[in-house]
Amino acid sequence: MAFYRPAPYQKPVAIVLMLALLTLPSALSALGQEFYIGFATRVLIFALAASSLNLVLGFGGMFSLGHAAFFGAGAYVAAICMSNGISDGLLAFPLAMLVAGLLALLVGAISLRTRGVYFIMITLAFAQMAYYLFVSARAWGGDDGLPLVGRMSVAGLSLASDSALFYAALACLALSIIFLGRLADARFGRVIQAIRENETRMEALGYPVFRYRLACFALGGALAGLAGALLANLTGLASPNLLQWMQSGTLLVMVIIGGVGYLYGGVVGAVVLLMLEEVLAGFTLHWHIGLGLLLLGIVLFAPKGVAALFGKSHG
Amino acid sequence: MAEALLEVRNLSRRFAAVDALKAVNFCVTAGEVHALIGPNGAGKTTFIHHVSGALQPDSGSVHFAGREVTGLAMHQRVTAGMARSYQITNLFPGLSLLDNVALAVQGRRDAGSSFRFWKPVRNEQGMFDEALGFLEQVGLEKKSGNTAGNLAHGEQRALELAMALATKPKMLLLDEPMAGAGPEESARMVELIEHLARHVTILLVEHDMTAVFRLADRVSVLVNGSLICTGTPDAVRADPAVRRAYLGDTA
Repeated sequence: MAFYRPAPYQKPVAIVLMLALLTLPSALSALGQEFYIGFATRVLIFALAASSLNLVLGFGGMFSLGHAAFFGAGAYVAAICMSNGISDGLLAFPLAMLVAGLLALLVGAISLRTRGVYFIMITLAFAQMAYYLFVSARAWGGDDGLPLVGRMSVAGLSLASDSALFYAALACLALSIIFLGRLADARFGRVIQAIRENETRMEALGYPVFRYRLACFALGGALAGLAGALLANLTGLASPNLLQWMQSGTLLVMVIIGGVGYLYGGVVGAVVLLMLEEVLAGFTLHWHIGLGLLLLGIVLFAPKGVAALFGKSHG
Repeated sequence: MAEALLEVRNLSRRFAAVDALKAVNFCVTAGEVHALIGPNGAGKTTFIHHVSGALQPDSGSVHFAGREVTGLAMHQRVTAGMARSYQITNLFPGLSLLDNVALAVQGRRDAGSSFRFWKPVRNEQGMFDEALGFLEQVGLEKKSGNTAGNLAHGEQRALELAMALATKPKMLLLDEPMAGAGPEESARMVELIEHLARHVTILLVEHDMTAVFRLADRVSVLVNGSLICTGTPDAVRADPAVRRAYLGDTA
């Protein structure tokens, strides 16, 4: 594989979609479908979480099965902030990123000494440890999770209305995607992609491989933390289930459906999976069967993911 | 006597029941081409791994460019000026030749930090100009846009040399650069190494005796984990112990 290169029409399409999304809340309100503003926000938040995993998995080549730990940690930071009277998002969101990033730094510092299936297992183990930690933390609601009393505000603007939170999530996602797109082209992005391709060679060119991997892993954790903090605002609850390995699995499935190593892979995957869940769940309780068939189809016919179907991103 | 660039002192390494290296003392002086030869299984690759930092010795030490590097990781030794090529071609097959070498340039300490997340690399013209210069040195500048994986075998080996050079090494560690090459490719590689030897010290591990005796200023012979002889090519060729152990009595 080569370095990531965006398809030429990618930017204009993204800008048009962005403009369309800006009008979405008012369009849905006009149609009397306000319920779907919340759903759309959920999609945006999971798009951000999946994109953060795509940084780690797609660009960094690290198959982490514990990414939800950082997602969940971000949610808990938001909830704990709220219960301690900190309702300013400008403080709570960066704090969620910081805590999740530091947690990822710690987990990565140990896990990244292993490779292959051991890495998968050890990241899974750490995430499950974090899960049980929160389940047994009485002060933070234990099993039931920690509810948020109301929503945060950002620079005086309250996120209490569904459309305000929608725009906050949209801004976070857009900024993250811009950042990730720049990163892929910058020195750091080239280094982590080259490490994904040939670790030994990079070591032999004088690169401290471990340090770059760890930085990438921590950065992915921090972005997941931001997504978690947003989700806690949306659902009004930081639940231990957010840290569970099932959640890590869901994020992985999103990235694989969308396209591993494609800038919009996480976004496409989150949209496809959540929409499918929404639509299929309306028809049958056994919607997982449809999901399974879709996954099978993607692996067989579009093994690089849906984003890869629209133009070549790997040169 | 020129100063020692690489000095290996009493290096020993044991794998289970096998003494892979037995108290090896070895020295490469600045400016020379020093060839390391030995029959298969003599411990050459193990030795190279200890020099490059891929393996740690049980005892003994490695000194490079005036300081001890025994405890340093591979990437730290590269930064100290020790570049290596691999026995099996080892590059980024999906990338262009230029990108391959540009990565090597970018990795150098004097190229600045790679913890840069915003500025596109493609704007760093200086880095690519420099990379092209190294491709020129190995005669690949006309193919700079080609994908590395599509090159002929010999060209891939040359590209590896360009990448090693781009780290601006004090010493090039070449692990069997002729391996898998045809006679023509070998001849070109010998020429190329001869050319490079004017600017950089070379430690050459090689099976191809024609190449070794043509290129080397000094030759060291490793047999069963022990260094049995070091000297000029002629002296080594005449050494009875070497003839017995390696070249065969009739050689």
